[in-house]
Amino acid sequence: MQRYSGFGLLKHSLTHHENWQQIWRNPTPKKKYDVIIIGGGGHGLATAYYLAKKHGITNVAVIEKGYLGGGNTARNTTIVRSNYLWDASAQLYEHAMKLWEGLSQDLNYNVMFSQRGVLNLGHTLQDMRDIERRVNANRLNGIDGEVLDPQQIKEIVPHMDCSGDSRYPILGASWQPRGGVARHDAVAWGYARGADSFGVDLIQQTEVTDLIIEDGTIIGVKTDRYGDIKADRVGAVVAGNSSVVAKMAGFELPLESHPLQALVSEPIKPVLDTVVMSNHVHGYVSQSDKGDLVIGAGIDGYTGYGQRGSYPTIEHTVQAIVELFPIFSRVRMNRQWGGVVDTCPDACPIISKTPVKNLFFNCGWGTGGFKATPGSGEVFAASLATGEMHPLAKPFSMFRFHNGALIDEHGAAGVAH
Amino acid sequence: MFHIYCPNCEEYREEEEFHASGQAHIPRPLDPDSCSDKEWGEYMFFRKNPRGIHHELWVHAGGCRKFFNITRNTQTYEIKEVYKIGEQPSVVAK
Repeated sequence: MQRYSGFGLLKHSLTHHENWQQIWRNPTPKKKYDVIIIGGGGHGLATAYYLAKKHGITNVAVIEKGYLGGGNTARNTTIVRSNYLWDASAQLYEHAMKLWEGLSQDLNYNVMFSQRGVLNLGHTLQDMRDIERRVNANRLNGIDGEVLDPQQIKEIVPHMDCSGDSRYPILGASWQPRGGVARHDAVAWGYARGADSFGVDLIQQTEVTDLIIEDGTIIGVKTDRYGDIKADRVGAVVAGNSSVVAKMAGFELPLESHPLQALVSEPIKPVLDTVVMSNHVHGYVSQSDKGDLVIGAGIDGYTGYGQRGSYPTIEHTVQAIVELFPIFSRVRMNRQWGGVVDTCPDACPIISKTPVKNLFFNCGWGTGGFKATPGSGEVFAASLATGEMHPLAKPFSMFRFHNGALIDEHGAAGVAH
Repeated sequence: MFHIYCPNCEEYREEEEFHASGQAHIPRPLDPDSCSDKEWGEYMFFRKNPRGIHHELWVHAGGCRKFFNITRNTQTYEIKEVYKIGEQPSVVAK
């Protein structure tokens, strides 16, 4: 792998940047792998990368039906934070946050991680009680957090309506300074390049059509382009399509796949240098380096695999943003899109063994998986490498829905579902 | 954006008047006292979530406020049929 550096950039400029290497191969799959990962999004590619890097398992294939990072990795609003309420989830997301902080160096690929801070606004007394409770819980878990009053918020986001005259006045906020945004595509590309450099085969344009299961143990997958490919262990990291893959394996998951929409505005001058989220008026917004406002909100209420949602959801989202920022009322929207998110009843992921031996699932991240990409990949890789769940992943078993040990993160998830 | 026929109002109305309430035809446990944790968990949380034909419960929240069922393709979003509570779907997945 060609390492990237300032000097390299200078060197390539002498040949008009015409001699850069391709950053990953396009291999034909082997007949058998130690581990097959279904799904080449951020989480799947991160899993492959850490399998190779931390566990020395390089006989790995990532099978992707479309192109790398083309699903929810390409469709999210790129927010990274770790201010979750319960110990299990706070520790998992904080593990990811620590990896984010060194990720560009680790991958030798600029993921443009910008710790510009995340505000979660409170508009009612109950919001403020919940925020104080969550910030206290965060601090006990070693996660940075502060409770701010409207005056302090105004200093961070001068253009937001903190006057107290609005329909839902801002009473305060939680503030996580280490939160921020990252370049979503670069995360997928950086992990793909890293995994490929260790010899992981990235198989694109290939759909897994069925699983090969004998005596309750998975021994491989069937694909549409390359026939059967054998594997000792299989990890499914297929987000919105998890229920479809689980059906191939003969069990159900406690998931529902919903459309989640987002939109970006035309590029405007720098106006917002942090991330603002509000559960109560229900919207979130940040400004990208290009200058466009990146806006998101809630899922569409019905289930859907169509990567598109309904107009009223967009309308509610934009209403919330204009409520917070009257200054944005005449900004024109540029693009709007939808993804398929696999929501779990307790708004927490499933990182788990399954009723089928050697088949593991990493799914249920719902509306907030991007922020966890490095941590999710690392704990899932450890689980696939050893066959035993990583300690941070243990509370996220799919069987928690049988024994009742749910991890209710609806408050911190930021998106109602 | 859906244009939904409410079988109770017998009229087409816009999606905003309706609220999706998830999978239809989930039977309550007949003998709750003897249910295992697994059976309770599956009744509470585990859902069909198919890519394709899906039977789902909707409520006309901004209208008659009554529940009814829709058979819908979750990939194309095409509404195949609308039928009242207590009736069975005529379009089913192959």
